[in-house]
Amino acid sequence: MSIDLLTDDSLTIGNHTLRSRLIVGTGKYASYELMGECLERSGTECITVAVRRERLIDAAGNNLLDFIDTSRYILLPNTAGCFNAADAIRVARLGREILLGLENPGADWVKLEVLADKKTLLPDPVATIEATEQLVADGFQVLCYSTDDPIVARRLKEAGAASVMPAGSPIGSGQGILNPNNIRICMEYLKEGDPDYPVIVDAGVGTASDVTIAMELGVDGVLLNTGIAHAKDPLRMADAMRHALHAGRLAYLAGRIPKRLYATASSPEEGLIVASPE
Amino acid sequence: MQIIVNGNPRDVERTATIASLLAELSLDPRQLAVERNLELVPRADHAATQLAEGDRLEVVTLVGGG
Repeated sequence: MSIDLLTDDSLTIGNHTLRSRLIVGTGKYASYELMGECLERSGTECITVAVRRERLIDAAGNNLLDFIDTSRYILLPNTAGCFNAADAIRVARLGREILLGLENPGADWVKLEVLADKKTLLPDPVATIEATEQLVADGFQVLCYSTDDPIVARRLKEAGAASVMPAGSPIGSGQGILNPNNIRICMEYLKEGDPDYPVIVDAGVGTASDVTIAMELGVDGVLLNTGIAHAKDPLRMADAMRHALHAGRLAYLAGRIPKRLYATASSPEEGLIVASPE
Repeated sequence: MQIIVNGNPRDVERTATIASLLAELSLDPRQLAVERNLELVPRADHAATQLAEGDRLEVVTLVGGG
């Protein structure tokens, strides 16, 4: 019954509506076969992909596109590895061109990453805002990878981002949601007068409970990759992530009880046959 | 004449176009995108885009990523 409660619980970002609130990356799997199975088990409908040079020497090598049913998934091309706005815009346009060739509906959006630093993979907020403005002007729906800084989040929305995606913790770190309060403030600012504005936690998920914690905060979705791809058993973890997302979403919709300092008894005092202390 | 494809020098005929280069490389144009001297060349223009000495091409596709 609980799962049924969520059958119509779709996530709309820009002009795309996704049946699952989980967006899953396609990187770092031991094989493309394993990746394909994990994507299926995760229940996702939207997968991120990267744009890279064709391997001209090893043209017989495996191609990602041979392992993805592009009629089944909406692809979300990223600009991972770009360290300035101009490069991110170039890569976004190349991604769009590839997706147009594949006739995939994801051709009109991009996951924008403009990184500042190789060690932390933290985004450059100034360059991200600049790239967002230019990509929006070029017709893209821009999903922005960001820090969890509420002010930067607000600036990205003002720049025209279709979604702001604060990181729970650094990319691939598995540290989970380090600052839930910042994520809460991001949501408050981004959803003020615009409750359907999508906020996605992107990066840092290490295990299923991290997805649940994010969803319990009320974010609209979670984007993850390494948490599944590098788990000891990625197939099991893909299942776990799907359940965790449902659990967190249901708990958010259900509304948690407030935290109290002291206990409150669950069994009635009335009718008790023994004497209670004062 | 010599051009640079994905960072590597390559000799092509003077009459080469982007379409002829992709055919020579046995690449399916529907699964890739081509940039010539930092400008995207849409698929529809591949056949009409004549290559020139020293052109720098990037031929890209999709790979797994997060």
